[in-house]
Order: sequence, then structure tokens, then C-alpha cells
Amino acid sequence: MKNKPFHFYTQYYLVQLLGIKARNPEELLKGIKKVPESSIYYHTHKFLQQHLYLSPEPPNDFGYWTTNVINLKELGEAFTSIDTISFKNLEDLRKEFIRILENYIKNKRYTVSCPEGQEFHFMSCKTFVFPTKYIAYDLKDFMKIIGKVSINSLYLHIFEARLRKGINGNDFSEWFKKIGKNKLAKEVTKLDPYTITLEGLREKILGLVSKYA
Amino acid sequence: MPDIKDYIDIVGKDKIGDLYFLADKLQNKSILNINSTAVGGGVAEILSRMVPLLKQLGVNARWDVIKGDEKFFNITKKMHNALHGINTKLIKEDFDYFIEVNRRNSEEMNLSSDIFFIHDPQPIALIEKRKKAKGQWAWRCHIDFTTPQKEVMEFLKSYIKKYDATVFSAPAFARKDIKIPQMLISPSIDPLSDKNRELPKETIEKTLEKFNIDKERPIVTQISRFDYLKDPLGVIKVYKKVKKYVDCQLVLAGGGATDDPEGMQVLNEVKDAASNDKDIHIIFLPPGSDIEINALQRASDIVLQKSLKEGFGLTVAEALWKSKPVIASAVGGIPLQITHKYSGILTYSINGTSHFLKELLNNPEYANKLGQNGHEHIKNNFLITRHLRDYLLLFLSLFHKEDIVYFD
Repeated sequence: MKNKPFHFYTQYYLVQLLGIKARNPEELLKGIKKVPESSIYYHTHKFLQQHLYLSPEPPNDFGYWTTNVINLKELGEAFTSIDTISFKNLEDLRKEFIRILENYIKNKRYTVSCPEGQEFHFMSCKTFVFPTKYIAYDLKDFMKIIGKVSINSLYLHIFEARLRKGINGNDFSEWFKKIGKNKLAKEVTKLDPYTITLEGLREKILGLVSKYA
Repeated sequence: MPDIKDYIDIVGKDKIGDLYFLADKLQNKSILNINSTAVGGGVAEILSRMVPLLKQLGVNARWDVIKGDEKFFNITKKMHNALHGINTKLIKEDFDYFIEVNRRNSEEMNLSSDIFFIHDPQPIALIEKRKKAKGQWAWRCHIDFTTPQKEVMEFLKSYIKKYDATVFSAPAFARKDIKIPQMLISPSIDPLSDKNRELPKETIEKTLEKFNIDKERPIVTQISRFDYLKDPLGVIKVYKKVKKYVDCQLVLAGGGATDDPEGMQVLNEVKDAASNDKDIHIIFLPPGSDIEINALQRASDIVLQKSLKEGFGLTVAEALWKSKPVIASAVGGIPLQITHKYSGILTYSINGTSHFLKELLNNPEYANKLGQNGHEHIKNNFLITRHLRDYLLLFLSLFHKEDIVYFD
């Protein structure tokens, strides 16, 4: 066989509670500084899987809580507009949240704390990755499969690959390169998966692959 | 009792296939669930559905119950209240008796398993048998843990720390002073139960006829026990504010024990507050009225859950599953089920609830979109199949300590 086949995997996660909560931006900053990387990952990616049907996607958990619970729209917008795709690892992403928060706290004119019961609860996740029955040997196979793999599988190969495995791109673009489809790999790498729904992303990938299959 | 394969039509073949895959990874592990009652109560209800489904997936799961006398259960009832923050005094003799009953059970029970899944405080001290029984131990807390009485909490903590993991139903129940892993596993609804399955149009219409509800005008419903914490009086105030602008009907339906004096008092106050408004339908439902509840939810245009306090509030998931737009208080587990303005509306007051109720009644398209999003959210996150998957992942997590676990 000429090409190494692409084996589709899938993933699920179990949510872990850290027992750390925040009532205001100061406590949020303290929490963001000390929680494990997996917590930063969870709070910036959970929405993508839990609310995959929404368009546009709701923001990350920090942005949602700041905007909708403590009603700090400006801070919320700063969180929401973080260009997640531009960060190569979770530590850099954490630093960006810290930078925004420190800047806000330094310049703020008043303090606000949420009422009891509305606190931000820090969580993290334990991810379980396992193989599916789907294997693509060429782009034609890939096209057929991408239309039917689960959202969890799509999510794993796009998001987990980037921030948790440190790949510049995603599992799909890596495989396209290996089979000599560099142009396709480049186009798939350029997609910003944070600004479209997972179903929308599936359509876009399908569209791109069909041009080269 | 449904077969695991019956859920394929709802969640898809792949999701059920994934359950089989995860179950297969537990092939050589036995799991023993232990709680304090075989019938009645939410925990027994969950176990009576989950254990057979786990078995169908090929998991060697068992369920056993500890034995206790009246004195023991009076003590555990006091503990339960104390954990809810109610001022209850437990004396040393109570704690000693609790320990003694647990010890006796640990001697009499067949404690041989690879995984022990202990539910709620009553059997928590069985962990003392760990050295002999070996295995991995997880403690599942089904109750609200936000404002526990210190003395009882300290007592329980002395056992919790001996477990490998704990499981809570809502993020607010997690504690900083618990050092073992704390997992979040939310409760779920069963889409094939009488309360949630699809109903023929005729059943819905007959239910409306039975309760004299006009199907031509908008129906706003709250399903809940007649309990101050569910704020039925607040719901009537909301309705009265909205009724000035929109000709709607209010349905307040729910059960409650007839020997519960407070329940009867609340029901009477609700009837007084409704006075002679023929468009307020107060329906006291006997136990086993699941199909009526299902039909009332399905017939509704908007569903409210204006609780002042909630454990998890699964009535919200039930209504969203039926694609109903829901306006609910941001308490307990409700914010997990509703993302404000995406999959429903979260409110904090009577005025806020009235405002959004009016808005949704006047904008059925927007309301419909919220209901559709809500349905998808429940389908992805709050069905019994997700609950099963979380339990399988929890059991696997006891043998894999790393953040990312790879299986081949």
C-alpha cells in the first residue's frame, strides 16, 4: 500500500470539579493562574462540543460568565474576541487571559461580585480517546467518511491535535501532507474552527477535499 | 424496561456503539453499586434503570442494599437535613450507631468486587472494609452539598478521603477541602419513559379536555410540587402581569404528598391567589401521572420553572427535550441545562420572568428557536445514554490517572 491510511479516532471527556470558584474578576484571575492546563482547555473548548448546533458559537466559558453573569460587557468582549487559533499551546492562551484580566483590574473604576450561586466554578476534564471503525486509504474514502463520522471525532482531530499535541494545523492537514496533497493541507490549516459550528466545519472540509479528490 | 438498542433511534448507532466499546474495556472488572434502599427515591430509580442497561452492555454490574433499622434511618435523615444546611443536632451516640450499622453491613455483605460504587451518605463508612475488600472505591453524592453543617461534613470527610474519587451532580457541590478527584456527572432523563416518550396527538388533546384547558390560546405551564421553593405564587404574579397584554392561560400542575401539611397549605394559598381566574388551571396530580405530565408539557407554548432553590431541576430537561421554550430561574443545576438566550431564558425575579414571558409569547419564532436549541442540548448532554457513558468513563478513570487516556 502506497499511503499510510488515516484512522479516525473519537473522544469523550469526564468533567472534573476543582472546587475553586470565582465571584469577581480578581478571583477569576487568581483561579486562571493556578488551575491546571486541562482546565484552561476545558473552559475554552467545552462550548464547541456542548453547543455544536449553535451558530454563531457562544464564547468561551470565561467570556460567557463575564458578559452574562457579572455583566462586564467590555471584559466579556475582550475574552470572547481572543483569537484562540493563533495560540500554539495552552500556556500561551492562559497568559492571554491573565494579561487581559490584569489590564482590566489595573484600570477598573469599580468592583463587582456576583450573587451567591452564580459563581464561576473551575473545572477540568479527563479525555478518553479511542478508535472508530472508519479508515481512509485515499481522499475518496476520506470524503465518504468525513460526512458520517461523529462530531466528537471531528472535534478530536481538529482541536485536540492543535492545542494538546502541538501540531501546527490539525490531524487532517498532517495526513494530507503525508499523501502529497500539500495545497489541500494548507487550505485546511487556514480554516478557523473557532468561528464556525462543527457541522459547518464538516461542510467546509468536505468542500475543500472534494476539489482535490 | 427498554433495551439498550432501543436508544439507537434517538442518539444514533455510533453513540451506542461507543458505549459497547467502553464497556468492553471493563470486561474483566466487576462493579458493585451499594445504596440504602431498593425502591422509592431518586437513587433507587436511577439504579433500577442503569444497572440492567450496564448488564446489557456486557458490564458485570451488581446492586446491593445495606440494611438498617428505624433508628439508623432516623439518624441518616438527620444527616441529610444537616447536609442541606438545616439546623439539626446529631450527638455522639448517633455517629457511633451510624458507624456500627455500617460495620455490621460490611461483615454481612458480599464485598467482593473490582469497583465499589457507593451512593449517598448512608453506606459511606463501608470504605472501612477497603483493606480486606481491596478494589477501587468511588462515592456518589446525589444531594446538595452547598451549605452543609460543619460537624456532619467533617464526619463524612473522614470517610470521603479514603475513597479514590467522588461524584457530584452540580459544580456548586464541589469542595476545596476534598483532595481526591471530584467528578461532575449530571443526572439525566430517559427519553423512552412515560414522562418523556412521544405521545399521540389524541392523548395530548384528551388531557387538555380533561382539565378544561383551551387548546386555541397560548398555554404557559409550570410542572412542580406544590412547595414554596418552587415559587408557584411567584408564577401567578408573573402570569397576572403578562395577562394584561397577552390572552394566555396558566397551568400549575404537580404532585405532593397529601399527608404533607406544608404541601396542602401551599396548594390552598395558590388556589386563593388564583381567585376566580378561569384561565389559571391548578392541577394536583396523583403519583403515577407521568403521561399527564408529558401531555401537559407537550401542549404548552412556554414552560416556566421559577424555583427559588433547586437540586438539579430535571423538569427543565424534560420540557426542553420536548422542544419547548423554557424560562427558568438561574438556580441549582438549571444553568447547566440552559445557556441564556441560546437554549432558553434564565431569570432572577418576577419582573424579569414576566418580561421574557411576554417577549417569547409575542415572538413565537424566537421562542421556537430556543426550544429547538434546547432539545439539541438535552439530546447531547442530559439523556440516560450520556449518563451511562459518564459512569463507564468514571469506572475507567479509576484505573487511568493520566489527563488523556488512549485506547486501541
